[in-house]
Amino acid sequence: MIDCFARLRPVAFIVLILTIWHFAIHYQKVHLLPTPLAVAGGVVELAQHGLLVKYVVASLFRVTWGFAGAAILAIPFGLALGWHRRSGMALNPLIQIFRPISPLAWIPISILWFGVGDVSAIFLIFLASFLPLTVTAMNAVASVSPVHINAARNFGLSQSQLVSRVLYPAVAPQLIVGLRITLGVAWLVVVAAEMIAVNSGLGFLIVDSRNAGNRYDLVVAGMVLIGVIGWLLDLGTRSLEKVKSLRWGYSED
Amino acid sequence: MGSIIADSTVLKSVVPETVSRKKVLKTKLHAEGISMVFNSDGNRVAVLEAIDLKVGEGEFVCVLGPSGCGKSTLLNIIAGFISPTCGQVRIDGDAVRGPDPRRIFVFQERGVFPWLTVEGNIGFGLFKLSKAERRERIAHYVKLVGLQGFEKAYPQELSGGMKQRLEVARALAVNPDVLFMDEPFGALDSITRLTMRGELLRIWRAERKTIVFVTHDIEESIQLADRVVVMSARPARIQRIVNIDISHPRDISSRRYLELRDGIFEQIGLAHKV
Repeated sequence: MIDCFARLRPVAFIVLILTIWHFAIHYQKVHLLPTPLAVAGGVVELAQHGLLVKYVVASLFRVTWGFAGAAILAIPFGLALGWHRRSGMALNPLIQIFRPISPLAWIPISILWFGVGDVSAIFLIFLASFLPLTVTAMNAVASVSPVHINAARNFGLSQSQLVSRVLYPAVAPQLIVGLRITLGVAWLVVVAAEMIAVNSGLGFLIVDSRNAGNRYDLVVAGMVLIGVIGWLLDLGTRSLEKVKSLRWGYSED
Repeated sequence: MGSIIADSTVLKSVVPETVSRKKVLKTKLHAEGISMVFNSDGNRVAVLEAIDLKVGEGEFVCVLGPSGCGKSTLLNIIAGFISPTCGQVRIDGDAVRGPDPRRIFVFQERGVFPWLTVEGNIGFGLFKLSKAERRERIAHYVKLVGLQGFEKAYPQELSGGMKQRLEVARALAVNPDVLFMDEPFGALDSITRLTMRGELLRIWRAERKTIVFVTHDIEESIQLADRVVVMSARPARIQRIVNIDISHPRDISSRRYLELRDGIFEQIGLAHKV
């Protein structure tokens, strides 16, 4: 029963907020926001025109490619840098200088290189994901207990066995946390990238709805969709953390 | 000061230096003239000085010394994790060039792999065996260290003592000739530590491994070892090797035990009064 209430409480809060939102808009004269019902209508309208699925898929497509590409390159790169301390230390200042540059600052460069289109947006997501994942992987290696490495050497593991049987499982919990956080960042960036660089996707929907006739119901519908999908992505990666052989990394022990 | 000198002459009569070994053991391990100097920030720190130690096959040797004296460094050198500045280690006549599965190092319980179950940890070093052999070996050592019922448990679900037994089982499972143990029970509470000593002796009698056991606990060394190697403060030298001529199970309130204990206390320069 307690569990049931705990699950219902967030739903109750959402309903409460929607109600307050609805009546607050209803009783004021200035048009600050569309009502929740108008937003729901906007979502339905998008679905009827086939744009809902098209835009969501377009955004997810860009995130998937940019994020997956970054993960495939950044994780081995970061692990290698973490393993070879010297090269890691040599490259670290450069990484730290690139890191504070917002991926959005790269928009002009990416348009110059790849033109206006999918590749540009994917490139921006790649940039947003690559360095955080590299740094996560680097730090994860640095935190592997030397006792575990020595134990593995003691049992006569080859270099590749050492990587697959000790290094990889030892860093996996930290990598998964890093992947989850970075996926959130990638999702933030795709919206911004679509506002400038392409003509489909949820970011495009928001800008386009405003430009083409101040359709604020569609603007907010786009925002809600972004929030819900971001939440689902986070839930998905979070479920990875429940895998039992990984859970040791999250306990305080 | 005068009384200490007088006492150490008494000690000599209690612990004869000319060791009369019950049986002559074949030399398993020989550390020859080991010296170790660390360079830290341009300072040369001598940690070990001219250590010469022979350990017989199947013998249980404790290396006893104050914290930070370099006894762990010595164990790491013997195990092949560190190369000494001078000297060399021979095991079965061959110079040690690195760690080897025939000689397993047992760390404190933090050495178990937290991402593997009890079974996974014990089977860690058995990758060269067939699946059936591996399963059989794992079952044997789960039983030997008394972890039945916890085969599928992860280390975080185990107590400190159980994790320590798991690590011993993982080491024994690959059937090594030698075990190196670096203060393995140091992180356990005193009651668990006492039980673990009994367990280790039981396992040692069953498996007859050569054991080199590093500790700073005088009582622990006398309860466990055939011989206790007493180290000096840094740079560590072998101060004395004490033969523990009491048969197992040892009565820790017997006269001989107390004599040996007091002898070592004085050797280290401690009066045994609190």
